[in-house]
Order: sequence, then C-alpha cells, then structure tokens
Amino acid sequence: MHASTVRTLLVRGMIAGVLAGLFAFALAYLAGEPSVRDSIALEETQSAPAAEHAPAAGSAHEHAEEEEELVSRPVQSTFGLATGVLVYGVALGGIASLVFSVCLGRIGAFGPRATAALVAGAAFTTVYLVPFLKYPATPPAVGNPDTIGRRTTLFFLMIVLSVLLAVVAVIAGRRLAPKLGNWNASVVAGGGYVVAVAVACLVLPANTDAVRETFPAALLWEFRLASVAVQALLWTAFGLIFGALAERVLQPGGRGASVVRADADGVTSPVRTAG
Amino acid sequence: MAEAIAPPTVSPVSVDVTPLPLRAVLPWAVFVGTLMLVLLYFVGAEQGATSVFSGEGVHEWVHDGRHLLGFPCH
Repeated sequence: MHASTVRTLLVRGMIAGVLAGLFAFALAYLAGEPSVRDSIALEETQSAPAAEHAPAAGSAHEHAEEEEELVSRPVQSTFGLATGVLVYGVALGGIASLVFSVCLGRIGAFGPRATAALVAGAAFTTVYLVPFLKYPATPPAVGNPDTIGRRTTLFFLMIVLSVLLAVVAVIAGRRLAPKLGNWNASVVAGGGYVVAVAVACLVLPANTDAVRETFPAALLWEFRLASVAVQALLWTAFGLIFGALAERVLQPGGRGASVVRADADGVTSPVRTAG
Repeated sequence: MAEAIAPPTVSPVSVDVTPLPLRAVLPWAVFVGTLMLVLLYFVGAEQGATSVFSGEGVHEWVHDGRHLLGFPCH
C-alpha cells in the first residue's frame, strides 16, 4: 500500500518536473538565449586559443566549424535547450518527490502542499543557489576548456556538500525542536547551515579562470540573472504543481495514504482511505 | 489573533499527516534515484569533464541548457 503511494508520488513528481521544465524552458529561451547568443558572438570574434570551445578541438577556428556541423545554433537554442531543461526537470522532479515521501509528516506539522513547497525551496537553495554563490554559472566564451575537469569536480562537490549539510541541518532541527521549540530550532538549524556553507565556500578553492577580465560585465550579469530566474521558476512551478498533485494522492478519496482532517467545527476525525 | 480575523468560510484542515514508512521509500530511492542521477550526469557533465560516449554530440545538444542551468560547460 505504502509502496504504491511512493510510486504514485514518484510518477507525479516526474510529471510535475516536466511541466515545471516547460515553464523554465520558455523563460530560458526568452530571457537566457539572448545573452548566450551574444556570448557566442563574442567567442567567435576572439581568435585566442584560450577562447576555443571544447577541449577536444585542435584550434578555435577548426572547432567553430565542427560545432556548426554537429548541432546548429537554432537547434541548440530550441530542441537542445528544451532537452536539457526537461531532462533536468524530470530527474530532479523524481528525486524531489522521493525526498517529499521521506519528509512528509517528519519535518513538522505540514500538509502535502506545504511540504512540497518546502522541499522545492530547499532543492532550489541547496542544489542550485548555494553552489551558484561559490561557482556561478558562466556563459559560453568564459571558461578555459583546460580546467573543465577541475571546475566540474568542484561544482559537483559543492552541490554534494550543500545537500549533505542541509540534511544534517534538518535532522538537527528536528532533534532540537522539543527542547527549543519549532521556531527557535529552525532558526538554529538554518543558521548552522548558513555558517557551515560559508565555511565550505571559504575552504574550497576559488574559480580563478571562470571569467576573463575582458568579458563584458553587463552581459555576464544578464546571463547569470537569467540563469537564476530559470531555476527559480523551475522550482516554484515544481513546488506548486507537485504540491497539488501530491495532495490529491494523499487526500481521502485519493490512493494509498491516510490523513487526519478536521472539519469546519474543528472536530478532528481520522479518515482512512483504501489502497 | 490571526484565527479571530480569518474568514469563517475557510475550513481548517489538520496537518497531521501520517509519515510514509522509510522501507517503502528505500527501493524507489535506490533504483529510480540512481537512474535520475544518471540523467542529471548526462545533462550536466557528459563529454565535458568525463565522457561515457566519445565525440561531442551530447555536449553540443544540451549545450545551452547546461550553461543556463548553471553547470560548468567548457
């Protein structure tokens, strides 16, 4: 019975992830693509070897030709972008629904919608925002291809650290709640997370070659703002859509779980559903 | 105070939700969770730092998404 509830929530999480991905793709196309296009235009005017697009290519010029043959810019900015954002949405939607299944009823007195909103907010913060603060997104023509291995390792390390520290903070917050009360325990846990993340940011090495000095600051700002907006929209949409879908699974008449509801008079009556 | 001024038409719904047992979540977390992480790898890192498939087809196809989602691309 519970396994089928988890499965249903997982499927709905992936559906919510696709739908949220569609919104995010629309915003990425409208708000993000102009700065990507401008960055690539800048990249093509730079003839320095450091500006070449990928580590495998022999020279910038040779690679530019290769790139056009492989996937054209119109395809990259539409179907390619959609593939990336939608797969990202499905994958993280599925994972977030599993996190939701664990958190539901365990992180405090929150119903399905509130739990979904909190999980989405936590995912945005831990998986994207915190790693972004240390290793922000960079447009094309910025990174030195020779350091991609190091930058990728550090970026994923930052995500793992950020998520693990958040898990520790949530568990610590729940442990402290009976002693300090819910509000104070949440503040202490949240504060502890911020301090731990700050220490991690100080300890981890900086991205020395992330942005060249000659890259236009306004273009970089435009790109990064778009990147934050895309992720914020993705997670906001996911939290709201998944919350609504999950509530229908968990409510009386839905499949699988039992919830306790109070009617308008405040009389609490347990409602158990078949499943 | 907040309860006193809340519109009476809003029926208070108790938020006492029964937690799902962890052993029901675990198999899904292990198998589907891993599959989802593999998908994320292909969007975020394949043919950048490491390659499962040779060439640059995957990298070039998800290029714009990778940049805008915040991954180091190249």
